[in-house]
Amino acid sequence: MKPRPFDYLRPRSVDEAIEALAEHGDKARVLAGGQSLVAMLNFRLLAPQALIDIGGLEELDDIRRADGRLEIGAAVTQNRLLAEPGLARELPLLAAALPFVGHFQTRNRGTVCGSVAHADPSAEIPLVLAMLEGEVVLRSARGTRNAAADEFQRGMLATSRAPDELIVAVTLPLRTSKRVAFREVARRQGDFAIVAVAAMVEEECVRIGVGGIADRPAVRRIAARGESDIAQALDALALELGGYDDLHASARMRRDLLRRIGPIVVREALACAA
Amino acid sequence: MSAIGTSGADEAHPLLGKPVRRIEDRALLMGRGRYVDDLPVDRRTLHAHIVRSPHAHAIIARIDAAPALACAGIHAVITGEDVRRLTDPFLVAVKERIPQWALAVGRVRYVGEPVALVLADNRYLAEDAAELIAVEYEPLPAVVDARAALATGAPLIHEEAGTNELSVRRFIYGDPDGAFAAADARVSTDIAYPRNSFTPIECFVVVAEYDIADDSYDAIANFQGPFSIHPVMARALRVPGTRLRLRTPADSGGSFGTKLAVFPHIVLMCIASRIAGRPVKWVEDRLEHLQAASTGPARIATAEAAVTREGRILALRFDAIEDYGAFLRAPMPGPLYRMHGASTGAYDVAHLAVTNRVVLTNTMPAGLIRGFGGPQHYLALERLVQRIAAELNLDPLDVIRRNLVRDFPYRAAAGALYDSGDYARAVETAIGDGRLASLRQRQKEARAAGRPFGIGFAAVVEPGLSNMGYLSTLLTAEARERAGPKNGAVSLATVAIDPLGAVAVSADVPVEGQGHATVLAQIVADELGLSVEDVRVNLEIDTAKDAWSIASGTYSSRFAPGTAVAAHLAARRMRDRLAAIAAKQLNVLRDDIEFAGGKVRSRGNPDNALSFARVAGTAHWSPVLLPDDVPPSLRETASWSPPELEPPSPDDRINTSLTYGFVFDFCGVEIDPATFTARVDRYVTMHDAGRLINPMLADGQVRGAFVQGLAAALFEEFVYDENGAFLSGTFADYLVPTASEVPPLEILHIHSPSPLTPLGAKGLAEGNCMSVPACIANAIADALGIADVNLPATPKRLHALMAGPERPA
Amino acid sequence: MRRVKSDERAQIRLTLNGRAVLGLAEPRMLLSDFLREVLGATGTHVGCEHGVCGCCTVLIDGIACRSCLVFAVQAEGRSVATVESLAATDGTLNRLQRAFREHHALQCGFCTPGILMSFTDYLGRNQAPSEAQLRDVLSGHLCRCTGYDGIMRAVIDAAGPKSEDP
Repeated sequence: MKPRPFDYLRPRSVDEAIEALAEHGDKARVLAGGQSLVAMLNFRLLAPQALIDIGGLEELDDIRRADGRLEIGAAVTQNRLLAEPGLARELPLLAAALPFVGHFQTRNRGTVCGSVAHADPSAEIPLVLAMLEGEVVLRSARGTRNAAADEFQRGMLATSRAPDELIVAVTLPLRTSKRVAFREVARRQGDFAIVAVAAMVEEECVRIGVGGIADRPAVRRIAARGESDIAQALDALALELGGYDDLHASARMRRDLLRRIGPIVVREALACAA
Repeated sequence: MSAIGTSGADEAHPLLGKPVRRIEDRALLMGRGRYVDDLPVDRRTLHAHIVRSPHAHAIIARIDAAPALACAGIHAVITGEDVRRLTDPFLVAVKERIPQWALAVGRVRYVGEPVALVLADNRYLAEDAAELIAVEYEPLPAVVDARAALATGAPLIHEEAGTNELSVRRFIYGDPDGAFAAADARVSTDIAYPRNSFTPIECFVVVAEYDIADDSYDAIANFQGPFSIHPVMARALRVPGTRLRLRTPADSGGSFGTKLAVFPHIVLMCIASRIAGRPVKWVEDRLEHLQAASTGPARIATAEAAVTREGRILALRFDAIEDYGAFLRAPMPGPLYRMHGASTGAYDVAHLAVTNRVVLTNTMPAGLIRGFGGPQHYLALERLVQRIAAELNLDPLDVIRRNLVRDFPYRAAAGALYDSGDYARAVETAIGDGRLASLRQRQKEARAAGRPFGIGFAAVVEPGLSNMGYLSTLLTAEARERAGPKNGAVSLATVAIDPLGAVAVSADVPVEGQGHATVLAQIVADELGLSVEDVRVNLEIDTAKDAWSIASGTYSSRFAPGTAVAAHLAARRMRDRLAAIAAKQLNVLRDDIEFAGGKVRSRGNPDNALSFARVAGTAHWSPVLLPDDVPPSLRETASWSPPELEPPSPDDRINTSLTYGFVFDFCGVEIDPATFTARVDRYVTMHDAGRLINPMLADGQVRGAFVQGLAAALFEEFVYDENGAFLSGTFADYLVPTASEVPPLEILHIHSPSPLTPLGAKGLAEGNCMSVPACIANAIADALGIADVNLPATPKRLHALMAGPERPA
Repeated sequence: MRRVKSDERAQIRLTLNGRAVLGLAEPRMLLSDFLREVLGATGTHVGCEHGVCGCCTVLIDGIACRSCLVFAVQAEGRSVATVESLAATDGTLNRLQRAFREHHALQCGFCTPGILMSFTDYLGRNQAPSEAQLRDVLSGHLCRCTGYDGIMRAVIDAAGPKSEDP
């Protein structure tokens, strides 16, 4: 379980990182926290010619607030964000979901943006990003663009990032409503979710986000009129998303988990004081 | 042999029964452990990496190692042909025409089977080169299910054998057919025990060197025994045992049976060193460990009982098909026979029929795993007891009570001699002190609220110290007669005292983490009137110099009834010798000598005393002054071989173990209908392991075994798809419980000392591996009102049971 | 930009347990291997090399992480602390280590160094944590021997108000 050889590049600035990406393109991988990437390298599932290590870039290690949004730099670790003062007030859903991301030890090094870049269909941070209509900020020699969460994550471990683009941050509109809930079903504490469900109460409806059933997070608005309407809507969503079979759950089980966990999460969100 | 108190320390033995803190811990807590991979190696050492089969079953058409050999830093690539040239096939218990080697020869039979070995300057380069080795395979049909492997037309794992069923034995004790014919009712159940192991966190490590000067091999490995495998390795290497020096390290990162299976790799690294002319080191990685190290055998069994209306069991029948994977490795099929004498478990049942089948499949070979046949057997027996209750509309607890063995010693139908116990009192004490009534109340409340909640029980007789002859039960009496009798179990320990009076102990138990050094120090210090700190214990084993026997090793709960006794005997003899020396010097009778507080003194006149060091020093410095009957040496190696471990009788009765402890468990399990997850609400385990030498360590063993039992019940399984592809290859797929998955455990004890060992202690480290899967399965059956529970009872399996037609919640 | 070619053995300078050290490593060498094989700090163990078992956990600049998921070259210029740093130079165990011994929190001891390092970080940053929080931190480690009970008791003890040192 030793990685294949690769060149190691540690840029001193974002500009240098982008230069390096422009030079190596899809032959390179960006290394930030490495909590998924290095494991895959150890498994020899990947053969990058170069790793571009942005983990130590101070300009990316920043959490900023501007224009009603929270911007989380690409070197910010999950635990750093979790410890950010005011997070539970400004983004209660994110604060609720973050403790489910891996373990204390992996959150210490794993980055928020790295999780988004990895694009696991059952991961918590991409789900929250999609729920909250966050954006991914990508920079290349060609310029900077913001990609909405749902246009960024294209499928199982697939994103719209071009080979020369560096994710420099994700941004999230501050959503201070406390009427949110998050739950996931995993085999063990810290495992990837089999199914994760987030809910956020809006006027007249509930926004619901589901991870682990389709090949990327799914976000829908459902009417919050009564228990049976919610059940119907979740049933329809389960059938629409379909699910997939793996070692830990069948597609049918994934659908049933949404049918059973979904109403609980919606109820919990509705029960929260505004 | 002086009497020793039954439940704890007494005046003469102030340390026995005390929760003495471990002498092992300081080094381990400081990062100063000495595991094999930590040890310095010769600077010429090469690093090995194994190329493994991606196929479940295939012919190896060609291996082209040239591109790998062309790489810088690569020294050799070794294949099955080299192994065939330089070694003989491994010996096995079932004499069959199935050769097995350290690398695949001609054909691969499971995913992960070693195919080639790369030797390089370091592991990184070895893995690079491994990717360049072109192995051409011609895939063959594979079979992974034991029943399918028995069907006509099934792919043959070994064509030479002509069948996948390597052994079938039918045993009859008493008159089971008569009892079944006369019974009020017959109840049966089918069980399937999954493939799993308890995956130590340290994987296998071997460093081996061939010495061409005298054609000998020197290997150090985290091997755990049994050392009956040493002759297997020496034979494979074509050398006398004295030319295979095998050493075990001061520390080993857990084993739980698994590290028996390092042995083929020891042989492989030995010949690799021979070929390369340099020492070779191999550190197994986690992917290798999960796919190919070792698994407990999967068992499919039908258990059947003839019962009275009241639930009294008159006769039992077991029909077991045990899946040993692609090869039967020594000492397999141990799990089918280790429990054999105690097949009737905790119950007084005179009539018994057992059919044992050994089957091979295209999966990783099975080996020793903690519990060793117990988890499989008790899942069948204890599920059956629960089914008897369900079918006869009785309380399972009453069925257990009605059938428990009551008088000891007790000779079980298949030959086990249960040495001591009070099963009824253990059960009643557990129910009371474990507050079964409150659990029943919780069940009532949960059910009233519509939540599935079940209560399970399990009663288990836990064997300790295996009879080395038990495996010969698989041969017919005639075949045994021809082969010569096998029986007994030798335990060895050495006590030595140096010229300054410092005490050293060594023994035949490789370290796996149980704290044996502490216990041996307690035992020896007690005899010699010293403190634990005065005794240095070294459990590194060196077959070239240390006392060992085929029974040596850390397995089958042999420490407390075996090695601990040998240490006690060695210390006792040392004490007698020192008493003789002191008596002469103090001018008192030997019987008047006592050892306490570092002094050797007259019991009648404690002021008439010598320091322990002074007495010991006499033997070294003034041997001429010793009494005539005292030999001039302070080194005692005691062996202990209990006479009760007789060979199988002509009618196949076998006392499979020396001591038989008792475990009685109950638990509550709630199934979350939203997540299909079984959650253990409360778990109570009652143990009677006789005298506990160190209750802190005893409870540590119980807690460890409990979580492994929980893992087997709910989490861990090596899964293959129907084509033999391996699906549990990482720790994200093979799920080991973390602290968050472990429910609280309540441990209770009673003490019925074994009359067959001078310490009265029985084995206790495996009982919960045996009881917990059955107990949790019984609770799940009770919760869901179902007859069949497949383990591990994962959410996926429970969902399949609970789902019904698909519709909105 | 720091560039190290794949086959180049770079000089890696870092602080290990308070001392400046130097070793050579190719970019792909894992920090766990660098610590053990280049620097000889074998107290850090390797159990899975995919970030699950936790026994290779060390502190980098005081933060607990898996050294099997970090390349040695990434630790350049950083301060790394391993289990060898915990006891006093005279061999006196620290409070956390003593609690582990007292509560029989280890058997084979292979997972122990990583667990000690995780809680060295966590307890250093968190005052009076709840049992649930401690359990959550422990869930980042696999232990096969103990069933976790002794470890939980040890870390609860070590997290509690200080009693008098023995």
